[in-house]
Amino acid sequence: MSIRTPLAKVRGLGSAKDGTHHWWMQRLTSVALIPLCIWLVYSLLGLGMANQATVAAWMKSPVQALLMTAFLGATIYHSKLGIQVIIEDYVHAHFSKNALLMMNAFGFIILFAMAFMAIITLHLS
Amino acid sequence: MAENPSTPDLYNANRPLSPHLTIYKPQISSMLSISHRITGAFLSAGAVIFVIWLWSAAYHPNCFATLAAAGKTWWGMGLLMAWSFAFFYHFTNGIRHLIWDMGYGFELDAANRSGIITVAGSIIITAFVWYMLLTK
Repeated sequence: MSIRTPLAKVRGLGSAKDGTHHWWMQRLTSVALIPLCIWLVYSLLGLGMANQATVAAWMKSPVQALLMTAFLGATIYHSKLGIQVIIEDYVHAHFSKNALLMMNAFGFIILFAMAFMAIITLHLS
Repeated sequence: MAENPSTPDLYNANRPLSPHLTIYKPQISSMLSISHRITGAFLSAGAVIFVIWLWSAAYHPNCFATLAAAGKTWWGMGLLMAWSFAFFYHFTNGIRHLIWDMGYGFELDAANRSGIITVAGSIIITAFVWYMLLTK
């Protein structure tokens, strides 16, 4: 039984307008990132100060390319969610807040597209 | 004069306000919490650079060479060290958060202890990883 008034429901009151999904996705990506971060640190230590050829060779392996895709997907989504709360907490002017929230969402989507394209290109090179 | 509803007078305050950040005692709880947010934002910027690095490896060898060279300068190494400390801090404090989410460790002494372990752990892990990297 919800204690929200009909007006509150219609207006979606509160800075974020809704929260549970965001909270859960943040936890889900965090849990996924525990093993993925360990993998990344282990891989980067093995790679050392890499040159372009070593990076390309690393991404040729299907498993490594898959793990990199998973790592960047989880990280980018996790970052998007985190920056979103920072914007919601500190920016209150209607126009600025919504503009920044949109730029945040689009920015991280483009970032993942770039990551995915780069991984595929290196993998198939 | 009609107030603009998107920026109420609350935010254009020209009235006396109580002090807050200037008088509140910094504590393990609050300092680690804001550090988690700051490291998170810093790491997001790092993620952007990481993707640019990968994109350069795939499409722009010149750009990649420039980035690799930058990584070897004193300020480049400094930035990488700062990112790695932020990474290990955010990672360990993140696990501390997940433990709270499961319901454990809310008592004040437990929370302070886990906080100290988080900071000490991050410093030790960062130092260890850089030791491994530089003595390769």
